[in-house]
Amino acid sequence: MKILKPLLTILLTVMWLSPLYAEKNSVVIGMQLEPPNLDPTGGAAAAIDEVVYSNIYEGLTRFRADGSVTPGLAKSWTISNDGLVYTFKLQENVKFHNGNNFDAFDVQFSINRARDENSTNAQKGLFKGIRSVDVVNSSVVKITLSNPNGGFIRNLAWGDAIILDPDTADSAASEPNGTGPFKFSKWIKGDRVELVKNNDYWGEAIALEKASFKFISDPTAAFAALMAGDVDAFPVYPAPETLAQFEADPNFNVIVGSTEGETILSTNNKSEKLKDVRVRKAIAHAINRQAIVDGAMFGFGTPIGTHFAPHHPDYIDLTAQSNYDPEKSKSLLSEAGVSDGLTLSLKLPPPSYARRGGEIIASQLREVGIETKIENLEWAQWLEQVFKGKDYDLTIVSHTEPMDIGIYGNPSYYFQYDSQEFRNLMNALNLETNDQERSKILKNAQKLIADDYVNGYLFQLAKTGVANSKLIGLWKNSPTQANDLTGVSWSN
Amino acid sequence: MKFPISFILGFFLSLIFLVITIISFFWVPHDVETLNIANRLKEPSFENLLGTDHFGRDIFSMIMIGGQTSLSVALIAVSLGLILGVPLGLISASLRGSLIDDIIMRGNDLIFAFPSLVIAILITAVFGPSALNAIIAIGIFNIPVFARVTRGAAISIWTLDFISSARIAGKGSFRISLEHILPNILNLLIVQGSIQFSLGILAEAGLSYVGLGVQPPAPSWGRMLADSQTMISFAPNLALFPGITIILAVLGLNLLGDGTRDLIDPRLQDKIK
Repeated sequence: MKILKPLLTILLTVMWLSPLYAEKNSVVIGMQLEPPNLDPTGGAAAAIDEVVYSNIYEGLTRFRADGSVTPGLAKSWTISNDGLVYTFKLQENVKFHNGNNFDAFDVQFSINRARDENSTNAQKGLFKGIRSVDVVNSSVVKITLSNPNGGFIRNLAWGDAIILDPDTADSAASEPNGTGPFKFSKWIKGDRVELVKNNDYWGEAIALEKASFKFISDPTAAFAALMAGDVDAFPVYPAPETLAQFEADPNFNVIVGSTEGETILSTNNKSEKLKDVRVRKAIAHAINRQAIVDGAMFGFGTPIGTHFAPHHPDYIDLTAQSNYDPEKSKSLLSEAGVSDGLTLSLKLPPPSYARRGGEIIASQLREVGIETKIENLEWAQWLEQVFKGKDYDLTIVSHTEPMDIGIYGNPSYYFQYDSQEFRNLMNALNLETNDQERSKILKNAQKLIADDYVNGYLFQLAKTGVANSKLIGLWKNSPTQANDLTGVSWSN
Repeated sequence: MKFPISFILGFFLSLIFLVITIISFFWVPHDVETLNIANRLKEPSFENLLGTDHFGRDIFSMIMIGGQTSLSVALIAVSLGLILGVPLGLISASLRGSLIDDIIMRGNDLIFAFPSLVIAILITAVFGPSALNAIIAIGIFNIPVFARVTRGAAISIWTLDFISSARIAGKGSFRISLEHILPNILNLLIVQGSIQFSLGILAEAGLSYVGLGVQPPAPSWGRMLADSQTMISFAPNLALFPGITIILAVLGLNLLGDGTRDLIDPRLQDKIK
């Protein structure tokens, strides 16, 4: 017995010290939302891409941290002179995680699967112009479009266009099998997804051996988890009010970048009370954007006047068109004949930008005589009632997909904007390959939705991330919804 | 007559709470419906006694108006429990040992067996969060409390001689319950009522804290706590003052209940537990 105690002491000391000596090669990334499944080709949730994009799955092309598109599984490509035929030369010696070889047939399968009539792909528009996908040989694939599409290479970089193994495509939702530098290890529902390094990765080797995505929905818990070191980074950190504190702490880096998230006061354009453009215009003039950015986001965010990211070269600043002008708003309301007694439902999903922004907007609308009935919803309820059921007047949500102005061309999208003029613009855009002309069309589209006051355009969501100051290589901006860990490592 | 210290303390705390809430119906220092973002997160000052929150609203005014929510939700919920629970208890006591007694009391046990918050969440999930649904959720759990207290006390009175003489005089169970039992257990019900009232305030704060009580922008103590918890490290007044208010209101009502019990009948002390 006498020897037991010192032995135990030594053992415990060793156990306690050993993690300190081990070189750190794993990372825990915090995320607010848990993905509903892990198949980016089968669901719209941003959280899916935030786990799998570039980590587990790869597409023919891919987004980089700066928003540029570079080759992925396609080594190179040529475009025919008429802009219709894309010939992709694929990377060779690429294996899926289950050992299957990657070849041109997988590309054909994946793209045809995504554009299939019955596919549940959330971004089928990306593949709309494809006429056929042909295998030339095992490492060359030819995609023929029905019309030239200047954005096609970019479309293929989306998470919705990743390449699956035909053998395992059906189980992609729960057991992802891709070609990326990380292999799926396990998913503990409600807690985390774990990935391990893929030692047979075809590309540049990564520094990390292990990566976990931990799901923490509560902002207070997220704060505590970071402070306690339970998570190493929270790329989209949900409590902007505490960022100043992290900024002052040398153990943390606050990474403020831009996202593709246009935060808008989505308006049900088919609602009886809101189908009059004057009412929507009145709402737009009643909104003080800066107050929302300050009050809901503690100053993080750029006001926008249309559905377009300010860091995009084709962006035009239209905020002046819907400036804060309560008097104008009131006169517009009386012009529309609803100066008294307009009550609108305002259904808010959980993020703090929505909940806090909603309270601020409710107060601003009250100033001009519009009453709102706030209802706080969980995401599932929001998707059911607002997104699918279209049973709402107003809601606040951030549209985080890149270059998603095209959603305004879909009259059955939840804000139910039905404009032939806009659809004509989108069709023209898809046919146009000249960059200057494309830019002109995009600008016209931005102006059109601002003129129609389709939605209240609030601000571009800032990417406010917090990370351990020793962790390097995280994306600053979010050109697409992703937590690309391929370049992440620990500095000494 | 000598007042117990707990009664005096509880009485004044409750009185302050009541008076402030009543005042808030007519006057508050600052309007809380209009947000003034530029004025946010101010420290306590003469202008804003307890500071301002993240929307620039005056915390003192919000606590005052939040009292309306707490008071009305708790009051209605307790009344619901009294109105339904006491008759059930009286019926049970008058028919003690019968099948009806069993059905009523086992029904009560059933409600007791459910964690109240889970049921409250269920109710608000099905019917949507609102003050009314919070009242219903809290009220339902007050029914078995009052039914049990009533039954327990009533049974002991049923065994007393004057009840037997009332029976001999030809009075039925209904009249005996109403004319002889109820007046004799009223003090117990008042004590239990004030304790349930304080628990009702706590429950309302809890439901609002998890987002199932009154909806914004109506101020509520529980939601003030929930909204401010991420800011506690740099603006502790946001969470501290609503928290203290809840503590004082609940403490005051509990002391009042305790004190009333002591005041009315010191011998009842063991019977209440």
